Amino acid sequence: MELLFSLVTGVLSASGIYLLLRGRTFSIIVGLALLSYAVNLFLFSMGGLHTHAAAVIGESESPADPLPQALVLTAIVIGFAMTAFMVILAIRARAELGNDHVDGKQGEEGETR
Amino acid sequence: MAQHLIILPILLPMLTALGLLLSGQVPTPWQRRASIASCALLVLLAVALLVKANSGTYSFYALGNWQAPFGIVLVLDRLSAIMVALTAVLALGCVTFAAAGDDSRGSNFHAIFQLQLVGLNGAFLTGDMFNLFVFFEILLLASYALLMHGGGKARIGAGMHYVVLNLVGSALFILALGVLYGATGTLNMADMGRRIAMLDADSSALVSAGALLLVVVFSLKAAILPLYFWLPATYAAAPAPIAALFAIMTKVGLYAILRVKTLVFADSTALVFIEGWLWWGGLATLLLAGIGVLAARDMRTMVAYLVLVSVGTLMCAAGMGSTASTTALLYYLIHTTLIAGALFLLAELVGVQRGQAGTRLVRARRLRQPALLGGMFMIAAVAVAGLPPLAGALGKLLLMQAAEGSERLWLWPILLLAGLAGLIALSRAGSVFFWASHKGEPNGPLTSKLQLSGVIWLLASAPLLVILAGPVSSYTEATAVQLSTPYLVSEALGLDVILPLTQGDQP
Repeated sequence: MELLFSLVTGVLSASGIYLLLRGRTFSIIVGLALLSYAVNLFLFSMGGLHTHAAAVIGESESPADPLPQALVLTAIVIGFAMTAFMVILAIRARAELGNDHVDGKQGEEGETR
Repeated sequence: MAQHLIILPILLPMLTALGLLLSGQVPTPWQRRASIASCALLVLLAVALLVKANSGTYSFYALGNWQAPFGIVLVLDRLSAIMVALTAVLALGCVTFAAAGDDSRGSNFHAIFQLQLVGLNGAFLTGDMFNLFVFFEILLLASYALLMHGGGKARIGAGMHYVVLNLVGSALFILALGVLYGATGTLNMADMGRRIAMLDADSSALVSAGALLLVVVFSLKAAILPLYFWLPATYAAAPAPIAALFAIMTKVGLYAILRVKTLVFADSTALVFIEGWLWWGGLATLLLAGIGVLAARDMRTMVAYLVLVSVGTLMCAAGMGSTASTTALLYYLIHTTLIAGALFLLAELVGVQRGQAGTRLVRARRLRQPALLGGMFMIAAVAVAGLPPLAGALGKLLLMQAAEGSERLWLWPILLLAGLAGLIALSRAGSVFFWASHKGEPNGPLTSKLQLSGVIWLLASAPLLVILAGPVSSYTEATAVQLSTPYLVSEALGLDVILPLTQGDQP
């Protein structure tokens, strides 16, 4: 499970970072979302990975740490708000700057409109 | 009431913000009064906190009466008291300035401004790592909205970069927290510090990775060399009162670095790396920002680079890590934050009277109040360039005295050169604005009383910090001494027994 988990986190963050480095706002938003998924998964695993371990004392022999779950919840909520804000900002930037490039300029050499 | 004093700097602006949000988007005279009154009350509260912290003990406030390390605590020591007071003083100046009309260019200015103060005060007071993250998010969200207050191409463009960068920073912040929690099993700063001191080699390597990741995040906020390129464009594009308030935003990063460096990682192997990184990064920032000041073609960009000069100076001081250098750091911090704020406000005043040319360093029409604005500009320039007799010189002197041995060889020339660069650039800007401008008749708007009182409130810090240099520097020295005894925090919190890590904490 550890291997699968770390693989998923790694692939998610790699894709997130790749998209983040693109020049268009849409890919950046998707990249940020992927990155925050990866971060949330990582945060979730910080109390250790267990199966059949509810975060309630008495429900199982070795209860899981409930704190990471609470933290992930907070991080997810903040992530939602941020993504919503980012989308609105990107739409506003598209309207004000006339294109969806992060620098507000259209086209390097050889790039078609 | 007295026992709730510590949480009031967070509650007061929050309640004010809620009230302001309910009372409409367009600033009415009542909204302005409420916002200014809230900031003024915050100054009084901050004074009370300063007095309370001056006893030298740590006071803490356990939220919901959950005791540390299980619940979230707010911790008040001298450092947090200084930072809260600095925020309050700066905010009062900015909000007074904004009440003259800058607040009506967009919606909900005052409410978001108060929310920004909630985030700032919370970040300065909290004693819990994850809570620090939450307050960082609050202050960042408010700052995104404030930065784009009024709209416009430049602001949206700069805001886009600022938001994306800070979102990536937040992601790294959570990653670092995850690593640290995984290794130590706690999020309380004092408790984490104690546990790090007694970790085995494997876990302390993990902690070092987490610590350095955290420092990267805070360096992004504080704008040290490889991570500062967002700052000039953002600060130059922000509306004047917001740019002035943002003068404290870089200091939040610095505060966080100081806090984790002295409280959490004081006994970890990462401390040497952190201090080395801060020292060399600070020097490089100082050097490049000095060049940036000279190269700036616009007063606002120039002030943004002057902010970077101060960041570089402060980071060098943080990298030295001695009690003397922390004393100097805190003294210089108070001075530089308030003066940078005043300079952003002054740039706006000069800009509106110059019409089309704005704050660009070109010949334009004559100012309507050259003597008044010129006089204030001169005081601010002398203070920020670090010339005697104002506070900047004292701060730099304290810092240069604090450098030891080979540190002097690096710090002295670079610090003085950056000061010289600032002096040259400011003299050039001053002569263009006040002497070489004589195209056409002056017809810009006059400076209003509110704007003037906002600027003077911030500018008064330069002479006041010299007159009160004795008490202020002894307070900062006591702060530096307090920072060097982190174990007292855990004693004050009653963290005597180290609880064994539960099974789930072992990765």
